[in-house]
Amino acid sequence: MSDLSITEAKRQSRNRWLLLSPALVILIFAASGPLLITLVYSFLTAGDFGGVEWEFSTDAWFGVFMERDIFDDTLGWSDAHLSIFWRSVKLSLLTTLACLIVGFPTAYFIATRPKKQRDMWMLLIIIPFWTNLLIRTFAILELIRNEGVVNTVLIAMGVIDEPIQMLFTEFAIILGMVYVYLPLMVLPIYASMERLDFNLVEAAYDLYATRMRVLRRVILPLVKPGVIAGSILVFVPSLGAYVTPRIMGGGNQLMIGNLIELQFGQGRNWPLGAALSITLLAIVMVALMAYVRAAGDEEVRHG
Amino acid sequence: MAKGFDVRKQTGFTTIAMACFVMLYMPIILLVVYSFNAGSSIAIWEGFSWRWYASALENEQVQEATVRSLIIAFWAAGISTTVAVLAALATTRTRKFRGQTTVFAMINQPLMVPEIVTAVALLIFFAMIKVATGYTGLLYLIIAHSAFCIPFAYLPIRARLQGMDLSLEQAASDLYATPFQIFRRITLPQLWPGILAGAMLAFVISLDDVVITEFVKSAGQDTLPTYMLGQLRRVVTPEINAISTALLGISVTMVIAFTLLSKIKN
Amino acid sequence: MAKAISARALRKVYPGTPPVEALGGIEIEIADNEFFTLLGPSGCGKTTLLRLIAGFEHPTSGTMDMFGESLLEAPPHKRQINTVFQNYALFPHMTVAENIGFGLEMLGKSKGEIATTTGEMMELVQMSHLADRQTSQISGGQQQRVALARALAPKPKILLLDEPLSALDFKLRKNMQLELKRLQLETGITFIFVTHDQEEALTMSDRIAVMSDGAIRQIGTPREIYDHPADRFVADFIGDTNFLTVEAKGASVKLASGKSLKVAGAPKAGQVTIAVRPEHARLTGADNGLMSGVLENVVYLGTDTHFHVALEDGTAFVLRQQNAPDTAAGHVAGDKVGITFPADVAQVLSD
Repeated sequence: MSDLSITEAKRQSRNRWLLLSPALVILIFAASGPLLITLVYSFLTAGDFGGVEWEFSTDAWFGVFMERDIFDDTLGWSDAHLSIFWRSVKLSLLTTLACLIVGFPTAYFIATRPKKQRDMWMLLIIIPFWTNLLIRTFAILELIRNEGVVNTVLIAMGVIDEPIQMLFTEFAIILGMVYVYLPLMVLPIYASMERLDFNLVEAAYDLYATRMRVLRRVILPLVKPGVIAGSILVFVPSLGAYVTPRIMGGGNQLMIGNLIELQFGQGRNWPLGAALSITLLAIVMVALMAYVRAAGDEEVRHG
Repeated sequence: MAKGFDVRKQTGFTTIAMACFVMLYMPIILLVVYSFNAGSSIAIWEGFSWRWYASALENEQVQEATVRSLIIAFWAAGISTTVAVLAALATTRTRKFRGQTTVFAMINQPLMVPEIVTAVALLIFFAMIKVATGYTGLLYLIIAHSAFCIPFAYLPIRARLQGMDLSLEQAASDLYATPFQIFRRITLPQLWPGILAGAMLAFVISLDDVVITEFVKSAGQDTLPTYMLGQLRRVVTPEINAISTALLGISVTMVIAFTLLSKIKN
Repeated sequence: MAKAISARALRKVYPGTPPVEALGGIEIEIADNEFFTLLGPSGCGKTTLLRLIAGFEHPTSGTMDMFGESLLEAPPHKRQINTVFQNYALFPHMTVAENIGFGLEMLGKSKGEIATTTGEMMELVQMSHLADRQTSQISGGQQQRVALARALAPKPKILLLDEPLSALDFKLRKNMQLELKRLQLETGITFIFVTHDQEEALTMSDRIAVMSDGAIRQIGTPREIYDHPADRFVADFIGDTNFLTVEAKGASVKLASGKSLKVAGAPKAGQVTIAVRPEHARLTGADNGLMSGVLENVVYLGTDTHFHVALEDGTAFVLRQQNAPDTAAGHVAGDKVGITFPADVAQVLSD
């Protein structure tokens, strides 16, 4: 007789793909498909007025890190690009560090509240996370601009005579990114902290550990996966940030995201923009793979 | 009485946490407060007034951008939620299937790929289509928004489906319900908080998007966020604060409603 | 007359590495109007068999008929079979009455008929006063009754019950066992009941199929299964049993003590195992029994007393004696005792 379980499995498989197809069509059309075309574009020749010529070229990929000297036509390191890459990495690392310094104690504070209060405190972290990134950046901008509240108050108090120029500096970009990405640090650290068994902390005190040692030898090692996850979750969007450096950096302090945009605007070098995008994507993917491994460790630990 | 030793205390942590909450909320609160400023400064308080709300309401560009934002968010939320429900039904509570990893990677792609990369990719792809077809309408924005809203709609629906008792559907099937009747009478009534939550999340995400819209839009297709981004270069008046406050109001309401919806028990 | 269920060479293999054989060639016939129980430890395949009958799973090979017609091609909603689920699976968004009426509604019955039948069913399980309650607001025992009424309302030809009493406490379970038996007699529907509780199976069933490792070890009435277990697994799983290894010689067997015993069904020669129930053996004086040993432990259990004896060859043997008001504590631990039992209670087992 025919194997009914196989017929049934085939029917289920057909239904599954039928149900999935609308979502996949939209995603292929407006997500994965365009990404593949971007990869193709990075190997084409730039058109004179934007767009591309359909001619194979690796110029764009050389252009990511190198540039041709306009006088003797030799290939050298592109100082402009390298300094933007360096700034992106530097600012993202500093942002991650600052988020960690503020976010870890905050997650610890929430995790040590009575159970009923914790959800309320977490909601206070989550609300800003889901509100408009542009508006939050804009709120920070208003705070620190020359005619903003900080400078106005300081001048009124007679501390300073002239407003301090904070906007359009690297400091402003870091401040903006810390402000918008901080919840991404608190969420995973809190998740592993909440599962921390405080009997272990009591046991450590029982065995003569000081507060500092309890933190370093017991708490930190146990929530390490959360710390790693939070750091990657902050680092990844910081590296690809576009809105925050554009507003807070004011066009002087470019990051990779702004450099990419430039290729589609004044730069008129679409293949270079495509190559830079793919480069950024590759870096992000490596970081995300590290995240998946950290998250995997976390699951095993709490299995 | 001597104070007992608190094993949970770490020196300075509470102070930093309080500073963190102040830092998270003070800028937003100031933004809201100064939207009611009678004067045109964002730092010097000159009394309460609705004037900036009135001027935003009268601003034709703001009106148009608002309507456009709402149209896009409405369609994007509707489309992404519908396809996400179908996708969640297909991928939840089933054994591992061939191609599963690829499907999950595709659904979650908008969450993993930096927005600027997606934006550039869409700019390139849609430019090709615009040249080929000559069509430059809102459909590009609606499809782009639908795509990046899919994972946000999918996740709460999937979570809800996973929490649902599989034996309920079997019981219905045992009691002579056809597959369609099972979906309408058993699955859907239990799934709706998840669907509503997913739709609201998708709506907020679409409403708030700047980067992808900025790259995909044709001339004269500003949404509220891209309009605001364009205004920032100019001298800023509390009118921007007023628009921001209105948008914030929508987002916060939806996020709180979303949180409450996710807590409704299965 | 055609059997309610008859299955031939029914196999179910779950794919995987390695594939798991949940059922290996089941042959079973269940008569109409029978209270039939599938009994076995967890993982023996009893629930898989039940789900195959309900239509939630599909066999890898084999046939299954219901009243003479093939059942396998029909999806669950086309089978006149209803299930009482282990966790009840009551619809949380419907009231008690809506749950009970659901099957009738799906069958397209008229509003009036649904209301009447639902009312009857609630009467039958004594739930009429809670008709408009949400299912989350009633107790476990009440949920059990609703699940039962819901499955009975469409008047199925066969009712499947998947360990429906396992979540109830002891007293409630005892009551429900009698109640289920009453319902089965009243409705005349074939009940197929799955359980791992041997006492439950013995109490309610007309016939029992004992299963292990995806196979049926024995099918019979409760008395047949208890008194004449077919093999060591059945003897061990149903009730307590003492196993004795003996030497077969002609028509009788030779015990380790050297004494001989005439046992029906013994082979002509070789080693065999015989089973003796604890309540079938008696203590005697050290030299008067079939076997002798040292009484190691006396355990008083209210209704019974258990005597744990170490036989001379080291085998443990347990006897059970019912307590009467005038029973004096005859033996104490450390005594040398003898054990005896009638020849016809010893069961020869195939291993």
